[in-house]
Amino acid sequence: MSATSAIQLDAVSLSLGGRPVLDRLSAKIALGGITALVGPNGAGKSVTLRVIDGLLRPDSGTVRIAARRRAFVFQTPALIRASAAANIALALRSLSRRARAARVRDALARVGLQDRAEDAATRLSGGEQQRLALARAWAIEPDLLLLDEPTASLDPAATDIVEGLVTEMARDGATVVLVSHNLGQVARLAGAMIVLAGGRAVEQGAPHQILLKPRTPETRAYLAGELPWTSFAAAS
Amino acid sequence: MPILHETLLRLWTLDRDVIAIAWLSLRVSLTAVSIGLLVGIPLGALVAVARFPGCGILTGLLNAFMGLPPVIVGLVLYLVLSRSGPLGSLGLLFTPSAMIAAQATLATPLVAALTRQVVADAEIHLGEQLRSLGLSAPRRAGILIYDVRFSLVTAALAAFGRAISEIGAVLVVGGNIAGHTRTMTTAISLETQKGDLSLALALGLLLMGLVVAVNAVAALLRGYAAKAYG
Repeated sequence: MSATSAIQLDAVSLSLGGRPVLDRLSAKIALGGITALVGPNGAGKSVTLRVIDGLLRPDSGTVRIAARRRAFVFQTPALIRASAAANIALALRSLSRRARAARVRDALARVGLQDRAEDAATRLSGGEQQRLALARAWAIEPDLLLLDEPTASLDPAATDIVEGLVTEMARDGATVVLVSHNLGQVARLAGAMIVLAGGRAVEQGAPHQILLKPRTPETRAYLAGELPWTSFAAAS
Repeated sequence: MPILHETLLRLWTLDRDVIAIAWLSLRVSLTAVSIGLLVGIPLGALVAVARFPGCGILTGLLNAFMGLPPVIVGLVLYLVLSRSGPLGSLGLLFTPSAMIAAQATLATPLVAALTRQVVADAEIHLGEQLRSLGLSAPRRAGILIYDVRFSLVTAALAAFGRAISEIGAVLVVGGNIAGHTRTMTTAISLETQKGDLSLALALGLLLMGLVVAVNAVAALLRGYAAKAYG
């Protein structure tokens, strides 16, 4: 594994329920910065994130991770019926009581929820819940942050806040892997991009290069099926 | 309807013996349900969360044991607690403790099976996140129990309903001894056989009242708590 890679996947294959999902997937994700995983539905993006996190074990191939602490933020924030503060604290069981309380306070302040510490997490708005999930991830101080469509169900204002937080966490040194269907978001945030199709990495490079000059037929087909967000931008 | 008049009169003039019977019923059933909750909730949650060989079989057994026939439980406990049985030296047969043991045996699988289902449903949404945080199976089970705590009130009420209305097991291991192991259900059965239908009916109404009261208190507590974190 090269010294600048945070993640290296070599010929990773995985079948779920008898259906092949990853097919000898090989990819490298650089240390630091934001790398986007894109591709059509069923390409294996979310499964790849889960393999990286260890939630799913590949049938074959190797996964090398150069990260001590990982955090995963899901599309739907997974929050328990407890206060916002308690939802962060459950990720910090190794800390002393006092250190845990301080970290929870810092995490809530970081996402602008310091006044909602004792509010029920399930009563927060969708955007606030996702910020809370990010605060929990931040509190872990992860080297590697895995994001599975974190803004898919958020409005533009909430998306903007979440994108700002993700950018800050990458700037602080975390390697971020982002699954997104929003190519505008990928272009805004990511420094690298991997296109998946049929459980394989079909193209890898800088987002602006791939979006403007796709090299493989799979990437061209995927981009051709996208909604014409570029023409909206051109028309305005 | 002279019997109805007589029943209401008996209810109005409940004597100390009847109140003692009602108190014993409540004490035995609430203690048995408490044991059932203490054992059944962690057991059900662990079966829902942990992945181990035979997990499916254990789930099937828990579900099947929800329908344990009380009289069979009573018979097995009778054999265990009788003088020649393995625990005969404890001298528990025909005591409230034996009745508690019998009802706890009935309540535990019911609580465990209902908890397993509720926790398994919660795990669909929260399980990946908790595993991603590197939490052990017992810790994940504990967090999920906390998450579904309001739903578990239903499991507690189901267990209480099974315990307080049960007669087969307490009759076999309790012996229906007046002033000692006589509960509402065994007393109703006895008075019906003796032909004192008005007293049997009065006891029946009292039993129904207790069940409704316990359910009402639980519903109020659940509603109050769910308001905060539902």
